[in-house]
Amino acid sequence: MQIQPVLSALRRHRLATLLIALEIALACAVLCNACFLIANRVGLMHVDSGVDERSLATISLTGYDDAKSTDLNARVTSGLRAIPGVQSVSVINQVPFGEHAGTAGITLDSAGKQFGGVVDFYVAGPESFKALGLQVVEGRAPSSDEYQPLQQFVPSNANVLVTRTLADHLWPGVDALGKEFWCDKFHFRVVGVVANLAKAEGSEGGPSTIQWSVFTPAQPGPNLSGRYLLRADPSQLWRVLRDARAAIATVAPDAVVDQLQSQTITDLRERHFRQDRVMAGMLIGVIVALLLVTALGIVGLASFWVAQRRRQIGIRRAIGATRGDILHYFQIENFLIVTFGIVLGMVLAYALNLLLMTQYELPRLPLYYLPIGALILWGLGQLAVLGPAMRAAAVPPVVATRSV
Amino acid sequence: MFGYYLDLALRSLKRNKVLTALMVLAIGLGIGASMTMVTVLHVMSGDPLPGRSGEIYYPHLDPLPLDYHKSEYGPDPGVNFSWPDAMALVSAHRAERQAAMAGGHLLVKPERTDLRPFYVDGHYTTADFFAMFGVPFVHGQGWAASADGAREHVVVLSETLGRKLFGSADATGRMVRLNDTDFRVVGVAADWRPQPLFYADASARVFSAADQFFVPLSAALDLKFDTSGNVSAWSSFDGDMKSPTVTWLQVWVQLKDSTQVAAYRQFLIDYSTNQKRLGRFERAPGNAHLYGLMEWLDHQKLVPADVRLQLWLALGFLLVCMVNIVALLLAKFLRRSGEVSVRRALGARRRDIFQQMGVESMVIGLAGGVLGLVIAQVGLWSVRRRPDDYAHLAQMDPSMLIGTLLLAVFASMLAGLLPAWRACRITPALQLKTL
Repeated sequence: MQIQPVLSALRRHRLATLLIALEIALACAVLCNACFLIANRVGLMHVDSGVDERSLATISLTGYDDAKSTDLNARVTSGLRAIPGVQSVSVINQVPFGEHAGTAGITLDSAGKQFGGVVDFYVAGPESFKALGLQVVEGRAPSSDEYQPLQQFVPSNANVLVTRTLADHLWPGVDALGKEFWCDKFHFRVVGVVANLAKAEGSEGGPSTIQWSVFTPAQPGPNLSGRYLLRADPSQLWRVLRDARAAIATVAPDAVVDQLQSQTITDLRERHFRQDRVMAGMLIGVIVALLLVTALGIVGLASFWVAQRRRQIGIRRAIGATRGDILHYFQIENFLIVTFGIVLGMVLAYALNLLLMTQYELPRLPLYYLPIGALILWGLGQLAVLGPAMRAAAVPPVVATRSV
Repeated sequence: MFGYYLDLALRSLKRNKVLTALMVLAIGLGIGASMTMVTVLHVMSGDPLPGRSGEIYYPHLDPLPLDYHKSEYGPDPGVNFSWPDAMALVSAHRAERQAAMAGGHLLVKPERTDLRPFYVDGHYTTADFFAMFGVPFVHGQGWAASADGAREHVVVLSETLGRKLFGSADATGRMVRLNDTDFRVVGVAADWRPQPLFYADASARVFSAADQFFVPLSAALDLKFDTSGNVSAWSSFDGDMKSPTVTWLQVWVQLKDSTQVAAYRQFLIDYSTNQKRLGRFERAPGNAHLYGLMEWLDHQKLVPADVRLQLWLALGFLLVCMVNIVALLLAKFLRRSGEVSVRRALGARRRDIFQQMGVESMVIGLAGGVLGLVIAQVGLWSVRRRPDDYAHLAQMDPSMLIGTLLLAVFASMLAGLLPAWRACRITPALQLKTL
């Protein structure tokens, strides 16, 4: 099959060809970028929290008298430990995907001039480090004497662990162990590095800072109370959480259970990313609708051309063209139009990506999206044109002998 | 002639049902998706205080130190006021009315034994709040200015909270226990719910939040009630909410006319100049600003980035649909070259042909608009099921209904322009020969 006659036929329908190609170009641009946005959202949704999510749940209490917090901690921890199946109970200020409690800016010098970034302080009591299941990649886990009493939201002078990402950000290329940083007048020294520990409400600070967390060991007391970390076997976690909520009513009748925050970490994660899931769903909807409309446009135009060329097809058939020839003719025509659209679409896709990059925190569109988008559109075009092309191939040669 | 063209259009559309259906479907999908997002945007940028918003202003001062660098993602501390600045503005009485406020989240301990203690959202504010925003009262009224000075433990409840605590009886004069302190109810406000809750701090869920109580700011501060909004400090903070380097309050003023606005603007600049002279402010006094209510909402960027992205996607989708329709209409109109040539030979002018094709595009647009309305309703229904703050607002009002139909007709007629222009340029003689 030669391309030349197809091209010269298309040249006689320049406007319609251009319009369909333009439609495909727009579809290509939106398709590539929408897929990219989905991939980004999905990537965000799969962030590694660094903790043993499936075995962890949290209970959050409010409304109690601050002066009685030491007593409350003692009552609640012993009450929760009595629940069968509980492996450990500890006091913590925040959990991944829950409400953030220890977000603060840090500096790399005591004068507060060299700004390091905004990080999440996980301030947690004994047992919590093991319960969270944090993975130490450098240095060591906090020792039992490093859990110090608190006068404010963090200890005034603490040995802490930072995440790999945060260590690389603060001290690129150097060993983080033994390094120091400050938050106002509070002083910290790094004794260990953990693989991952996601910020509680990750979004603040942008995707690149999601792992900027500091694990700070501390003794439960007036500034560390009301939130408890429960660890249990995943198969029993649900029952343990239900029993724990019930137990609070008896061991701490003076406190109010924050129902929204007292969940398993898995459920908190689910809720945290609900909006991203909705957005990904909406983007998929847009892609499907877009492909559908593009396909409809191709079907419409191809049908019209088939009807218009009925007589010519008859003549071609009468002088020896096979059904396959006619079928291929329309397929090649479609392929040419779609290819033209894709070439234009790739430029548009990049332009759209640049525009989105200025408006939203998005990286550059990876190149491999373009061939994938092209393959999808070629496939779509061939699928859409198949129906009208088969109808064209079915035109009997006798049509040529009839006048109009 | 219009009736005749309409008849011709309907006949032509009936002749090729599949093509017609494709075009109606395409415009319906495009319009439906766009109008869903336009409606969401429309309800999110509505006027929260119709008839009054023109008189309400938000002053802005710039107390931040010169070397302060704002986090790109964190809240802007310059948006709110510190206690000394807010009190200076309120006590100066330079505006018709003025009030300082902050959001609060308090534990209610009901007298009724069948109710467990529960949390409610509300605001700590000053006396002018109720008159300035025109809060309607069911019983009683707001507190007097003297209550602010005396730090009286008085409270205004919302109708919902009043009914929950005291049933349908008049609650004024009763006592309510908030965070372990008894407050005397002085008024019950009708459920008043500006959309968005413009006076709340930017961290609040402004589209779904509604205030259940109002207590005097001075009393709340006295009792060390926590604020639920952003508290930003730029030098060391020891929990003293009266510190001049901690911002957490919002200040709104009511100004009747442009002379008052100009005078108030000058007052803000004079105040900043004075503070700079005293060494408290470091930045230029000219940074002081007075925002109108709607201007302030615009400045606050209440519409989330996701919604804007969705709107652009929907409009991009509409564009693809329109290109699609242009191609299909072009095919359809040019196919009728014979018919057009006969009409031209019989004396129809180009303008007539153009009109005839225009009517046909309009009919498609109208049908697509009706379909688009249905699709937009489905779209809005799905938006309402989202977990977002604004989801419950996604409803179409009459102006949006008419807007949808108009947009559909406009879009399809725009799409019909090029094909109609091509159709009326057909040379009759050439076409007639081939007939």
